[in-house]
Amino acid sequence: MGGACERARLPVVTFDVLVEVRLRPGIADPQGATIERSLTALGFVGVRDVRVGKAIRFTLDAPDEASARDQVTELCRRLLANPVMEDVDVTVAARSPATP
Amino acid sequence: MTPLIGVVVFPGSNCDRDAMEGVRALGGESTVLWHADATIKGVDAVIVPGGFAHGDYLRPGAIARFSPVMSAIADFAAEGGPVVGICNGFQVLTEAGLLPGALQKNRGLKFLCRTVTLRVDSTDSVLTSALDNGALLRIPINHFEGNYTCAPETLAALRADERVVVRYVGNPNGSMDDIAGICSEGRNVVGLMPHPERACDPLLGSTDGMPLLQSFLAAASGAGVSSRPG
Repeated sequence: MGGACERARLPVVTFDVLVEVRLRPGIADPQGATIERSLTALGFVGVRDVRVGKAIRFTLDAPDEASARDQVTELCRRLLANPVMEDVDVTVAARSPATP
Repeated sequence: MTPLIGVVVFPGSNCDRDAMEGVRALGGESTVLWHADATIKGVDAVIVPGGFAHGDYLRPGAIARFSPVMSAIADFAAEGGPVVGICNGFQVLTEAGLLPGALQKNRGLKFLCRTVTLRVDSTDSVLTSALDNGALLRIPINHFEGNYTCAPETLAALRADERVVVRYVGNPNGSMDDIAGICSEGRNVVGLMPHPERACDPLLGSTDGMPLLQSFLAAASGAGVSSRPG
């Protein structure tokens, strides 16, 4: 089929992407502080450095991993995080090829 | 000349009518600027009002900054046109890069809805030109993400250039340096969390918002700020 030929010419890999957005060090995190106090109040000893962030998951079709990472870096910069107060951790993992 | 003020409406804006009423009470005219139109229709000044533009999804202002009207507002601001962002409008202007810094969740993790006291710390802006330095104003706040933050070098620059136009007397939300409102380098773009448009009628408990909006209307008439071209 034509579609199959197109795919054969331009191989595309599907990546599972996880973007974790968190407040930068030094930015007060009142949610994290409140949760930490609550955990301590419940008797969980030794809990420290609680930080609350966001996890954004999506799939991305790209020719290869380098291209996928470039795109994710750019979309984080333009939309997903505000660099004034947020950092991101990005995980990009190729899906194993579908069985024929 | 009667200045024509454009009031932006995004899906989720909810202070647009209040802003238009405030402008009317001071003898100005206003018109709605729909967020999806890439024009500001030749207005003399722009108000980006409060509310929850695009539901505040992702972050307040994060989606709104990509609305077509924002490009037209950025061009207008670059030419020296008066722009004020109130509450959610302030958040939109920081996300759009028209003002530095960001607004994070209030220190006490509570939505705050009450009248606070502001001190005017710079009269060289389109929103404060009609006031005296040190003037105290009773203005309502109504926000969850009003806690101003920025990089230390940005704060140093804001202070050095006296671009903090209003500060809280009794910081309600944890804002850095008690900042309630700032202006751009050109002093024609102002963002503030408190709502001057809700303090324009004795029935609302305060008319202290009127000299702020009066300053803005004067700027829209071309008489407000000396640094504005033309």
